[in-house]
Amino acid sequence: MPLLNVTGLSVTLSTADGAARAVRDMNFSLEKGETLGIVGESGCGKSITALALMGLLPERSETTGKIEFNGENLLQKPETEMCALRGNRMAMIFQEPMTSLNPVHTIGRQVMEPLRLHKNMTRAEAKAEAVRLLDRVGIPNPQERLGNYPHQLSGGQRQRVMIAMALSCSPDILIADEPTTALDVTIQDQILELIQSLVREEDMALILISHDLGVISENTDRIMVMYGGAAVETGPTETFFEALSHPYSQGLFAAMPKLGMGRTSRLMTIPGVVPDLINLPSGCTFTDRCPLATAECRNSAPPLRQLTAGHNVACYHLDKARTMKAEGLFA
Amino acid sequence: MNSSTSLSFLARCRRSRSFMVGGVMTGFLLVCAAVSLFWTPGSAYDISIANRFLPPSSTHWLGTDQFGRDIVSMLMTGTQNSIAVAVVAVSIGLAVGVSLGLLAAARRGWTEELIMRFSDFSFAFPAILSAIMITAILGPGGVNSILAIGLYNIPVFARLVRGTANAIWTREFVMAARASGKDRFRITFEHIMPNILSIIIVQATILFAIAILAEAALSYLGLGTQPPHPSWGRMLNEAQALMFLDPWQAIYPGIAIATAVFGLNLLGDGLRDVLDPRLSRKR
Amino acid sequence: MTEPTTVAVLQVRDLVRHYRLPRESLFKSPGHVYALNGVSFDIQKGKSFGIVGESGCGKSTLARNVMALEETDAGSVKILGNEVVGLSFDQLRPLRRHFQMVFQDPYGSLDPHHDVGWIVAEPLAALGPITQEERARRVTEALESVGLKQRDAHKYPHEFSGGQRQRIAIARALITHPELIVADEAVSALDVSVQAQVLNLLKDLQDTFGVTFMFISHDLAVVEYLCDEVAVMYLGEIVEKGRTEDLFSAPAHPYTRILLDAVPKPGSGKKRDRIKLAGNVTGQTEQRSGCSFQDRCPMARDICKIDKPPLINVGPDHTAACHFSGELREKS
Repeated sequence: MPLLNVTGLSVTLSTADGAARAVRDMNFSLEKGETLGIVGESGCGKSITALALMGLLPERSETTGKIEFNGENLLQKPETEMCALRGNRMAMIFQEPMTSLNPVHTIGRQVMEPLRLHKNMTRAEAKAEAVRLLDRVGIPNPQERLGNYPHQLSGGQRQRVMIAMALSCSPDILIADEPTTALDVTIQDQILELIQSLVREEDMALILISHDLGVISENTDRIMVMYGGAAVETGPTETFFEALSHPYSQGLFAAMPKLGMGRTSRLMTIPGVVPDLINLPSGCTFTDRCPLATAECRNSAPPLRQLTAGHNVACYHLDKARTMKAEGLFA
Repeated sequence: MNSSTSLSFLARCRRSRSFMVGGVMTGFLLVCAAVSLFWTPGSAYDISIANRFLPPSSTHWLGTDQFGRDIVSMLMTGTQNSIAVAVVAVSIGLAVGVSLGLLAAARRGWTEELIMRFSDFSFAFPAILSAIMITAILGPGGVNSILAIGLYNIPVFARLVRGTANAIWTREFVMAARASGKDRFRITFEHIMPNILSIIIVQATILFAIAILAEAALSYLGLGTQPPHPSWGRMLNEAQALMFLDPWQAIYPGIAIATAVFGLNLLGDGLRDVLDPRLSRKR
Repeated sequence: MTEPTTVAVLQVRDLVRHYRLPRESLFKSPGHVYALNGVSFDIQKGKSFGIVGESGCGKSTLARNVMALEETDAGSVKILGNEVVGLSFDQLRPLRRHFQMVFQDPYGSLDPHHDVGWIVAEPLAALGPITQEERARRVTEALESVGLKQRDAHKYPHEFSGGQRQRIAIARALITHPELIVADEAVSALDVSVQAQVLNLLKDLQDTFGVTFMFISHDLAVVEYLCDEVAVMYLGEIVEKGRTEDLFSAPAHPYTRILLDAVPKPGSGKKRDRIKLAGNVTGQTEQRSGCSFQDRCPMARDICKIDKPPLINVGPDHTAACHFSGELREKS
């Protein structure tokens, strides 16, 4: 039995302008110790998927499908049980380490809170554990840092504190939503390295969400590309990059400036903009921007088809897309 | 991209319940004041001892007071008075306070320091106390009470405007305007003003309510509108002595003041919803 | 301007900017943030000059000083041979037509209360009065050059997506036909597919109008794609400068090497060999002897703590400030 098994997950958010279908029919599973990367542009539903897993979606939303965690469907659990689960068995770190820490409480207090809440530790025990955790995530002089306030730490250190808090109850799954987007490259390197080693040593499963194909490529076993609220391609990370298949995956890769590319070649661009989640096209959501789109694509959404073991792609014109490559598709 | 989905101004007005209720209440008062300019059911000035303490009837809808004046007419003329005082007082506050606030935000440095310390200084006195002080110095009367309330409004606007304007000054589009070569004076008019306008309008509405309340308080103390001009505050004062004889005389002006203050506050709240771009514009 | 062909579009010499920190106590002298400590470089006409570095290295301060948006402490900034440091805001105004700026945040840099036509025409309006027809013609021209339409001039910023808003911001910078456009993280806030569109647009504009770019970014791949020359900044100093291809293929400063290594590369697999950088940027508020990078440098030796390495030539048009740049270049 996999640690996490998501089947047919759909999320509809009600907004002032109508119902936004933020996530549609997501299926994936995650084993212990496995790392999954979710990649996509803003509004593709990657963060909403993460929030749905944590049961942290806004009130005005509707979730259907199944999220099985250790065999239990999280969507049927009452809020009190989810509270016990969150931060205990599942933990999440966010993009903005400045806003996810409470500015009026000390670091020590915030790291100790989940320990006292979920593990019923005494003050002294929690304090000792907090020092150990801060040391574990590479914060120098942890004892002194306990009394510091978030604004006294740098961005990278704040993200380390967030990770320490996420780790405090040794969760089974760590969900990291753009954990390094706000950080400099050298600090990003340090933080990703830290997450990697922690995942390995604690045998956690990791869901890493990012808009950066490079970050996903270097830090995950499996990858899932999302577009317009649905997965368009999933597979083992290595296979994925060897055989970029979905037109969107190819376009996304080709649009990204890569070191060593030089100035002579020209970046491919995907024409148009990401679809509006309120008025999604009825078929494949990429139809409006896809050079291969036909009437078939417009009318019905293509199902995920297996290409090789574990590598699934949702596209009717896969063979054509793979032979044409990005140069042919988006030149 | 989403021009079709963002709600029009009128639609947003209709959706805000406090705006609608507050608007109706305020509108009712405005109509009363406007009508009283050329017509009242009876006379708010003529004293007729024979007709004192009349119960409500078809000629005197709410009866008459101890001098035989028609209460409805007095209330209506009092509305006129309250609104006039509030309009002038808030305008004084707006004109001087907003200018000072904008100046402080645009110039920074010692100009800002000076304006803000002046505001702090005037804030140190409770509003009604400083109004009493001013009328005590200048003597009681309608004009002086307007002046007193207006003076109190200046630092309120100055502080609010300076705070919000400072926030706008840090925005990138202001930096872009500076990079194009626009000076601080021009940026203040072209970028700062339009962006803080909604906040000023909301604040003005709420201060309008406070001004009506203050005018009533000053008149009640005998420092505001002088007889024979009817005023809600003075009606309360005169009714106080007759509390056990005819309690209704105190209740009517009370209801009028409450309606005005409550309606304007609701309207202010509603305007905040209606004018706040975060609710109306999707990003 | 005696020889117009040799005059650089932008010439920056020994630019210094120190911000005073608020006093912590009445008896201590206030501290300073040493944001720029003597920066010098030239940008030739029609070239793109990239400035890279981490947050806090002074690259945005540099942009604001080049744009004469704040007081400069010392040094010189010449645009088309005209000194801008020390000029009053009014004296600068006529010069501003030659240098415009594109900002990072496509949501914050456009005033939501004005329509696109007004926003795009703002730099023209700032220069002096202009007729309605002239204004409309120039706005249409600017909008069309960035791939927008004439009718977009009557819409408001909130009706556009992030990428389109950045096009509007670029149109605003283009409307005075400037020689120099300073772009501060102009594509950082955009999604990958949109970022590519805007980058290609910038390239095309350069080809069409011969405009010169000073392009500030933390993204090295973006800079490599767009820029002819690059300067790497650390703690308010340029530590390495050169032609993009030279600098990226054979970096002569350890910091450049580390920055290049830290960029995640898609499709490269999980294991990469690289020098890693420990710690954060420190030392913005102190002035001390030796190399600015000594605390974090994996190659630091005793000499680095004593002698400040000067920017010296390590190749044609390639300078670096490191005692061991020769050693480093041999290795790569």
